[in-house]
Amino acid sequence: MKHSAFFWFVLPSAAAMLLFIFFPTVSIIVQSFYVEHEQVIIEVENCGPFGCQTATAIDQEATAALREEQPLGRFAGLEVYKDRNHLAVNEFGELWAQSDGIGDFIGDLMNLPFYKALGFTLTYTFVVTPLTIVFGFIIAVAVNSAARLFRGPLIFFTLLPNIVTPLIGGLILFWMVDARGVIGTALRWLADDPSLSVKADTGLMWTMLMVYGVWSSAPFAFIVYYAGLQTVSKDTLEAARIDGATRWQQIRHVVIPHLLPLTTFIALIQLMDNFRVFEPIISFNAQAHATSLSWAIFNDLGGETRQLSSAAATSVLTVIGVAILLSPVLVRTYRSYGKA
Amino acid sequence: MKLKQILLAGSFLVTASATTAMAADCGISDGRLSIIGNEFPAIQTVGAAAQSCEGLADAKANLTADHQTINLPGMQGNPAEYTTAIVANSSIVALINEDVIRPLDDLIAAHGADIPKNQLITINGNVMAVAFMANAQHLLYRQDVLEEIGVEPPKTYEELLAAAQMIREKGIMENPVGGAFAAGWNLAQEFTNMYLGHGGEFYKPGTAEVAVNNEQGVATLEMLKALSEYMNPDYLTHDSNATSAEWEAGNVALMNMWGSRSGRLMDAEGSTPEVYENTVVGAPMTVGGGDKAASTLWWDGWTVAKNISDADAEATFLAMKQATSPAILNDETMGQAVWMIEGYEPAPVNDGVFSAISMGTIPYPMLPQHGLLHTALGDNIADFLQGKESAEQTLADVEAAYTAAAKEKGFVN
Repeated sequence: MKHSAFFWFVLPSAAAMLLFIFFPTVSIIVQSFYVEHEQVIIEVENCGPFGCQTATAIDQEATAALREEQPLGRFAGLEVYKDRNHLAVNEFGELWAQSDGIGDFIGDLMNLPFYKALGFTLTYTFVVTPLTIVFGFIIAVAVNSAARLFRGPLIFFTLLPNIVTPLIGGLILFWMVDARGVIGTALRWLADDPSLSVKADTGLMWTMLMVYGVWSSAPFAFIVYYAGLQTVSKDTLEAARIDGATRWQQIRHVVIPHLLPLTTFIALIQLMDNFRVFEPIISFNAQAHATSLSWAIFNDLGGETRQLSSAAATSVLTVIGVAILLSPVLVRTYRSYGKA
Repeated sequence: MKLKQILLAGSFLVTASATTAMAADCGISDGRLSIIGNEFPAIQTVGAAAQSCEGLADAKANLTADHQTINLPGMQGNPAEYTTAIVANSSIVALINEDVIRPLDDLIAAHGADIPKNQLITINGNVMAVAFMANAQHLLYRQDVLEEIGVEPPKTYEELLAAAQMIREKGIMENPVGGAFAAGWNLAQEFTNMYLGHGGEFYKPGTAEVAVNNEQGVATLEMLKALSEYMNPDYLTHDSNATSAEWEAGNVALMNMWGSRSGRLMDAEGSTPEVYENTVVGAPMTVGGGDKAASTLWWDGWTVAKNISDADAEATFLAMKQATSPAILNDETMGQAVWMIEGYEPAPVNDGVFSAISMGTIPYPMLPQHGLLHTALGDNIADFLQGKESAEQTLADVEAAYTAAAKEKGFVN
């Protein structure tokens, strides 16, 4: 392809990426280095139906002048990253110095909001991703060996959890595991414990969130694997059968190696998605038990006073986290395909 | 969580249908009205009445429990999407902090001479909002259950705990106490009530430096924990809606609930006669031998956006004035709230809020930095209630989380 043709060919997508990915990212990074101006507080008298009170308020004129001068706010460098609500550098050091062992240290660390969120986010990512891949594969193999007549409806029903909007899917499950819901009641009966409640126990809540994660994203792995299964060479399979390979041996030695590149792809997408776990925490009202990095951003923006710099810093940390997480897979992919 | 209610409503745009108000003459010739506000019956009534004004070029209302996360962004543009925000004494602070609502003095001089003085919310000498109703949290109890155990309605939280113990022991209910204890805003609100009831002060005098790690703070947490032991084990996921549902299902006999919601709990909808006929409103309770009620007083009122044309502001002012005038009061709307409107006749359902006012309950603090403390409280208290850490540790965490946020926002150094 000529250089000019290539240029015009990629121009629209490059422009879109610049506009919708690059600039917002730069804006967030810049925002995370700034904090708001020092507030100019004045004493005021507030009157209302319940009488008058002396209170404080922000001096709008003085604030407007400050903003005029420095529209971005005060430059703070890495201060926001280092404060207690993010990387908590000082607190981290103190805990390290005080703790009596690694278990004790990690326990104390989980009291800091960022590490608490990171703890759940990483656990969720590393439990849900492999399970999604395993379940997706099993379902794909099962559907692929079903009679042709049933495959269409089977595929549709299998895809449903992925089609349903995550918030709705989460809510459905939330009501089902309620102490008076179908699953909640069944669990009580099974455990023979009338006070058992999934929503009241941190361990069960984490399990529930992960079950939801696998439930909602396994169909994605399934459909990718199912497409891949259609490309497995019939000749190789037949040769394996003639050589006396059992069904398991066929899958182990023919199908799985054939689908390996797809596994890399699914792992990449799922690692990224799961690291940004958010909707189930909202749907399950789970913030007392589990928080994630995305939830922390949402919480910063959702209070009566929005904390934009704090949210921006957490966003940048999330992007760095995703990059670290994906680097092994990316390096591996680069090695195997980059040479060609 | 609040997002849930959006889903349930099915749509962001809730065109209030609580009252079918006829087209009204509000003296408007042109201009735009776009309301953002919370979603409960009284506000739906006001929204519908404002929209029914004749002569508006455009009339919209977005009433949602998520109003406070969208009202600010929706008013920062120029022209602002929302011409008026219906706010309370907590949520008006965020709008004033960012300077997105206009002083109403000119409009009142021109069109609002008949608005009673006590409805005007003045901040530093400027009228910033017009209040139309009062609200507070107070006791709701099941008369039949209390009669069965032979106990008077509790006046203090200690009496409430004793009554709860008796109800449980008699096997009437396993978890007789209710409360909106969902981690986040609701739980922080319960802390605020109880802390003020114990006589606590949130800040070091004259500063924005937090000071909740003290005796009153510990006593507050202990009381919240004692209450939670008589609640449904899922209490940390129960917001006001879920708690109301528990009440209507007949699972709860005692709870501290918003006055604006008691009407729905006492009507015949969504419950059985055994429950709604026996639902009675009580006064706010005191705690720890204190004389102040462990509750906060609230007003709900309307504001006018700054970044809109004067014509739109005038139209919005006139429509909202009409929507909070005696014209909206009828049999259906009378009991929806404690209206601060002339011609309002209190109903038994509103007794709780009146008691709160007459007891001299403290209004929710209107301080520019308080939203940050509310968030910090909501994020940290659940750890103590779940037994993960000591009360002192939780309060230290609250202070540290607030201080980090307040530094970032420039309130403390």
